Amino acid sequence: MSFQMKNRPARRGFQAAAISLFATLATAAHANWGGLNMPEGVSILSKKIYGLHMLIMWICVILAVVVFGAMIYSMVKFRKSQGAVADTTIVHSTKVEIVWTVIPILILVGMAVPIARTLIEIEDMGDVDVNIKVTGYQWKWEYEYLGENVSFFSTLKRDSDAARQVGSGIDPESVPNYLLDVDNVLVIPAGQKVRFLLTAQDVIHAWWVPAFGMKKDAIPGYVNEIWVQVEADKTGVYRGQCAELCGRDHGFMPIVVEVKSPADYDAWLRAKQAEQKLADVAPGTPAPVASAAAANVTQQ
Amino acid sequence: MAYEHTADAHHHDEHDHHGPAHGWRRWVFATNHKDIGSMYLIFACVMFFVGGLMAMIIRAELFQPGLQLVEPQFFNSMTTMHALVMIFGAVMPAWTGLANWMIPMQVGAPDMALPRLNNFSFWILPFAFTLLLSTLFVPGGAPAGGWTLYPPLSLQTGDGFPMAIFAIHLMGASSILGSINVVVTIMNMRAPGVGLLNMPLFCWSWLITAYLLIATMPVLAGAVTMLLTDHFFATSFFSASGGGDPVMFQHIFWFFGHPEVYILILPAFGIISEIVPAFSRKPLFGYDAMVYATAAIAFLSFIVWAHHMFTVGMPLAGQLFFTLSTMMISIPTGVKVFNWTATMWKGSLSFETPMLFALAFLFLFTIGGFSGLMLAVVPADFQYHDTYFVVAHFHYVLVPGAVFAIMAGTYFWLPKWTGNMYDEKLGKLHFWLSAIFVNVLFFPQHFLGLAGMPRRIPDYSTQFADWNMVSSLGAFGFGLSQLLFPYIIWKCVKGGQKATDKVWEGTKGLEWELSSPPPYHSWTEPPSREIVARGVQH
Repeated sequence: MSFQMKNRPARRGFQAAAISLFATLATAAHANWGGLNMPEGVSILSKKIYGLHMLIMWICVILAVVVFGAMIYSMVKFRKSQGAVADTTIVHSTKVEIVWTVIPILILVGMAVPIARTLIEIEDMGDVDVNIKVTGYQWKWEYEYLGENVSFFSTLKRDSDAARQVGSGIDPESVPNYLLDVDNVLVIPAGQKVRFLLTAQDVIHAWWVPAFGMKKDAIPGYVNEIWVQVEADKTGVYRGQCAELCGRDHGFMPIVVEVKSPADYDAWLRAKQAEQKLADVAPGTPAPVASAAAANVTQQ
Repeated sequence: MAYEHTADAHHHDEHDHHGPAHGWRRWVFATNHKDIGSMYLIFACVMFFVGGLMAMIIRAELFQPGLQLVEPQFFNSMTTMHALVMIFGAVMPAWTGLANWMIPMQVGAPDMALPRLNNFSFWILPFAFTLLLSTLFVPGGAPAGGWTLYPPLSLQTGDGFPMAIFAIHLMGASSILGSINVVVTIMNMRAPGVGLLNMPLFCWSWLITAYLLIATMPVLAGAVTMLLTDHFFATSFFSASGGGDPVMFQHIFWFFGHPEVYILILPAFGIISEIVPAFSRKPLFGYDAMVYATAAIAFLSFIVWAHHMFTVGMPLAGQLFFTLSTMMISIPTGVKVFNWTATMWKGSLSFETPMLFALAFLFLFTIGGFSGLMLAVVPADFQYHDTYFVVAHFHYVLVPGAVFAIMAGTYFWLPKWTGNMYDEKLGKLHFWLSAIFVNVLFFPQHFLGLAGMPRRIPDYSTQFADWNMVSSLGAFGFGLSQLLFPYIIWKCVKGGQKATDKVWEGTKGLEWELSSPPPYHSWTEPPSREIVARGVQH
């Protein structure tokens, strides 16, 4: 820092604060340094969104260098302690003021073009291959594959749920994918355009998988849409969370999506259809019926 | 004038025969702008520590993954109450306190225009916050649906629900009354020669803030009243099953909420516009442009509200409109930052505590402005929205923004108020600890948000552990450092090196033409033409 500190307590305070700053940075020495920026994601849209994020971030960095540079220069160069004498005649300059009004306007107009282009693409819901209705409940998700007779609930996995209780004594580090694992995983095909229709039963939730680049609110009485097309070679498991405060267990309704190749996806869907048909004929049994009843309870 | 009725003549100072009343009557029946200003500032300081304690509970729970200290519902109450207490209890009353102290002195008036209204608008606040804070002890707990009170979630609040709504009504009433007083004082009580286009920028920014408050507080009152009737009188303004619309609440709320953001920051712009010239020993660069920029920001603040809700599902045209109008705000805000920088250019700078806080404001508020510009980019906002990136953004503009400006203003004017210099060494210590810890606290939250951590969660997956720990350590450091602030003020009130009338070498303005401390009634006679000519801005 360029400030001159003549008095000792201030310097001591500065040192104490600086030491604690380095101590905290040292704590973070084993941090996940890859986790400093937005992930690029695996969908067509997420890459474009990432591109816009980086563009606006670099614009801000360049502006920051210019503005902070001028401030720091002034603070170093025009110090009274260095004998600087104020030039009190500088109070106004129409020319300079026009320049620093017009340049930001040009930057904004320049930004508006890629923003509009990306938005138009985000809102394009045509040519959809798979439609999935997502319903938010306090505090779980329901997925329904429209026209496929497949639907199920997806809730936080038991081991995470046990570990997250106050005073559980279970170390979260010992739980695989702590708070980001569910009982029933959502499965979608890679390389196909999947449309999600988002709504909610009780309060507002938001469905968000960072790797897909999009989040949107799931609102009672509304159906919102987003589309996701994961790149064909990016099969794998992607995780997210509810992103709109929805009550006590808002932090505990994760989203897990498994992206499979179209062939594997079809096989999974057929198996799921067969399983759910069985469940329909034998009502006493498994998950869908029981969790639907639970959902009715939360509705009331 | 009203103040003439208040006092039985005591000889407290050589300027005036009307001294303060004795004992509790001086405060309960206060009509003096300085007494009321002090009460506002003390109240704000108390609430700053109450809200700060809640922040400490939040950061302590987030120190490591897993739930160690509090239940999730109580955690949600803490985030909700922290916001309400800090916004309505700390920052807004602090601004009104500074307005009370400074505006009459700056425009050459003896007091605020409406002293009894002034008393009323202050004394509403302790009742409002007693009501709000007592929700912590009723069945169902304090509101836990976020300070934004989005239905249907906010309708699930327990017995505290109507209490919180009435508390918000009271706070709104207090703000409106305080604002009316500011407008009337500035419009009617300016001394001859103090024109609208040469009065201090603190008065200008407060005048515009007051209009924002008068325009938007009734909107908030309407929104929360509709919540109340939805809850108790079977209306369905916001209930989809009854034909209502939960998104409509968000539109109404943010029509209040975005101007509210500028209510919190515009007076800060005013204070920084006083401090930077004073310690650069040079007049403010582009005074007129500063006034117009402030007015432009205020106007734009009414047409950008939906950028808080890009993810609710808006038509394409709506998203484009709100992204462009939001980005336009960066133009007048940029003008302000450039003007402050140009004010320092070829100045003669010294770095006393008020200037240090003002400089930290310039850097750190600008960082908050940059992240705001990023948030305006709708497609990217689909990623940022409701993550810690947003938390980092608004804390950068509110803590090293609004709060640092309040502290800068306090150190700037404290010698004027008390007649004593504060302890400069302790002031600098307070500054350095605050400036460093505030960055340790909030900068890592940018990383957490970008990496995918949602806001308002009491527990997180282990990938977020490291930066949360850093942020929490920063929070504890920041919280502890703030204890210095009331101590320094207390010490200054008790005594210290005597301050001159001008206090600082580069100050200019009518308040510096009064004695330090100023007489109980500021300008019992309008300042003479010569004094005004010395004191006005240009």
